[in-house]
This record gives sequence, C-alpha cells and structure tokens, in this order.
Amino acid sequence: MSGAWTWLTDAANWSGPGGVWTRLLQHLWYTLLSVAIAVVIALPLGALIGHTGRFTGLVSGVANALRALPSLGLLILLALWGLHTLKGDLALLAPAIVVLVILAIPPILSSTYAGIANVDPAARDAARGMGMTGTQVLLKVELPVAMPLVMSGLRSAFLQVVATATIAAVVALGGFGRYVIDGLAQQNYSMMVAGAFLVALLAVLGDRILAVIGHFVVSPGLTGRAAKGRRPAAPTADLVAARTIGMSGGG
Amino acid sequence: MNWEWLQRNEQQILAWTLEHVWLAAVPTILGLLLALPVGAIAHRYRWSYGTLITLAGLLYTIPSLALFVVLPGLMGTRILDPVNVVVALTLYTLALLVRVVADALDAVPPLVVASATAMGYKPLRSLVTVQLPLAIPVIGAGLRVAAVSNVSLVSVAVLLGIPQLGQLFITGFQLDFFTPIIAGIVLCLLLAAIFDTIILLTVRLSTPWTRAVPGR
Repeated sequence: MSGAWTWLTDAANWSGPGGVWTRLLQHLWYTLLSVAIAVVIALPLGALIGHTGRFTGLVSGVANALRALPSLGLLILLALWGLHTLKGDLALLAPAIVVLVILAIPPILSSTYAGIANVDPAARDAARGMGMTGTQVLLKVELPVAMPLVMSGLRSAFLQVVATATIAAVVALGGFGRYVIDGLAQQNYSMMVAGAFLVALLAVLGDRILAVIGHFVVSPGLTGRAAKGRRPAAPTADLVAARTIGMSGGG
Repeated sequence: MNWEWLQRNEQQILAWTLEHVWLAAVPTILGLLLALPVGAIAHRYRWSYGTLITLAGLLYTIPSLALFVVLPGLMGTRILDPVNVVVALTLYTLALLVRVVADALDAVPPLVVASATAMGYKPLRSLVTVQLPLAIPVIGAGLRVAAVSNVSLVSVAVLLGIPQLGQLFITGFQLDFFTPIIAGIVLCLLLAAIFDTIILLTVRLSTPWTRAVPGR
C-alpha cells in the first residue's frame, strides 16, 4: 500500500509516453468518445420509445440481456476479430470503443425511457390542452421532467465506461488499466495499486462533475425545493431496474 | 465453432463453470443478507438514509478491477485469493441493494403498517412479517440486477489470475482462437439467465397475493 504512494509521488512516473498524464488523456478519450456516441444513439431512441410507448418490452429485454453480457468476453472477441480484419491502430481501438458504446447504451436508453414514461399524465394532458404538438410535449415537458433520471442514466453509463476502459489494457490499449495489467505481469503490486487508485479517483471525480452538471441542467421546479413535503413516487419494479441498471462497476 | 476442442476440454470447462457459479452466487446471497438489515435501518431512521445511500453510491463508483487489486492490501490476503472477489462483489451487491431495500420498505402503504400496529404487532415483527414480504417484488427486481451483473463481473477477476469462465476469454485470445471466447460468453449468459430465473420464480412463489387479485 505504501509502495503505491511512493510510486504516485515519483515524478518520473508522471511524464513521458507511459506517464500518468498520457494515460489519463487516453482513458478520458476512450470514455468521452464512447459515452458521446452512446448518447447520440440512446437518447433519441429512449425519448421516442418513452413518448410513443412502443417497444417498451423490447427495451427492458435488450437492456437485461446486455447487462448479462460479460464485457471482458465481448472485448476480447471483438479485438480478436479486429486483429483479423482491420488494419493499424484501428484494429484494437475500434473494437474497444464498440464494446464501451454497447455498455453505455442500456443505462442511458432505459433511464430516458423510464423517465419519460413516468411523467405525470396530468402534466402531459395540460401540455396537450395548451395546444402543444407531440414534439413540443416531448421537448418542452417530457424531456425536462425526465431530466433527473436521464442524468442518473448518464452517470451510470460514465461509471461503467470508465471502469471497463480499464480492461481495454488487456488488448494492448492505453489508459490507466495498463498499470494494473503491466503491474501484474511485472509482479509490481505498487504500480497495480497506484493504477487502481487512479481509476477509482477518475470515476469518483467524473461522477461528481456530472452530478454538478446535472444540478444545473435539471429544472429548479423538479429538484424538490418547489415540491417540499411531497412523497416521492412509489418505486415500481420497472423503476428500480431503470435506476440500478448499469450500476455494475463494469470493469 | 470447434466442437472437438470443447469436448477435449470438457472437464476443465465444467470446473471453471462451477467455480464461476459459487464466485457469483455467494456474494449475491451475502450481499442480500447484509442489505436487509442495513436497508431497514435506512428506512426506519431517516437521518441515516442520506448517509447510507451516499456511502453505497461512492462504493459503487469504484471499478471492480480496482477493488480486486486493492482489497488484498487492505485485508492482508494474497492477490490470487478468491476471497477478494467474494468480498468485492458482496460490497457491490450490498451497495446496490441498500437503496432498493430502503425504497421498497418506504413504498409499503402506510395504512397496512398502521393496521399491523393496531393489531398489536411490535415494530420488528411488523417489519419482518408484514413490510418485508410486501417489499419482495421490488427487492427481487434489484436482486436480479445484482445477480446478473455479478455473473458478468466475476469474469474480470481472471485478469488477476483467479480462474473461472473468464479463463476461456484469455485462452482464446492467447491461442488466437474464437471457440473458447464464444463458449465463455454463452456460458456466462446461460448462468445469468439461470440466476435470473431462480430469483424470478422465488419472488413469484413467495408473493402469491400479487396474483390473487384479478386485474392487479
């Protein structure tokens, strides 16, 4: 344990191509790219499913199946396929990004869908009654009301991807996982613990930052201050699944 | 798929599967047993709710590989010891279920609890024989999430040299051979489906009243 501290405070470990700063940038690059792609796919899809109420069974089914899929197995399967079919740097990077996107989609998709499906029907009716079109109801009422759940889905996705990006090191990619994998190979426990610590720190800090962003994105009418004393909606099995989905640590 | 390879390694794959089963099942059960009292405390004493949920959330942000690596240093176990995996996954299960248990107990209709009190049930008896059974469907939904993700997470422990179905992934990568990887993924999915079904059936059998009222 104290060895990890020594490792972390040694300036030589922070610079250069294998240094902490480079590894941090790699880890962030994999994470942000994957989450961004997942948002572009899952947010409109979840909004549409929640708004229309169609294919809802499909969403929970697919989300459940994806949660059971072992990310390490999928990563290695796609990496091996990439080595056989793709060329250059892309051969390993593309499979890793695909796996991370696949992992990030279910939490965003199901929380967006659940958030919109759980919008108070009275609010929706009021919006309709005011003459809003379906698109307006979705964009001006349903999405803002669903925002707390959407943000929690985004945080789950981020955590899962940060964690799983660690195991990208198995297929010779960069990121903080390198310290854990290389440390194991070199019997350097200090380096492993330092790597583990850095990933955990990145996960916790990133989650905090997203929480702060969420605070600003969510309408003040929803944060509880405006509705003091009201009991939160009773959790249904569906809502619990949406809230906890993706909370699996991933890597 | 190379069936011949699978047949030749049948014994080894079976051993890894059994190892995988207990590495995923034990933490799920332990986590549930720990989460019930802790969740009940979070439900009963409002002041503890925020603290417990925040702690659980923080625990959940720690990546599993990181926890597998750090736990030996904290507990004094060897890095290859499967106990590290059991402890790490138990902590995750506990972290996930504390909130579920507390919220499920919160959702029990207050009139039901009041009726139990009026019938002379002491708080503990009311909790165990009235509120907890009514909370089973929601707790079950949370437990299914925990069990299924535990099955998936166990395979990561192979990176630290703890053999189970994850070994099939590493073997396949080293041999440049798809068969073991696909077999490993299929077996993991199968295990997850079996765990899921067992929990689903247990919830159904233990909550006959949810089907007794037509149209509910």
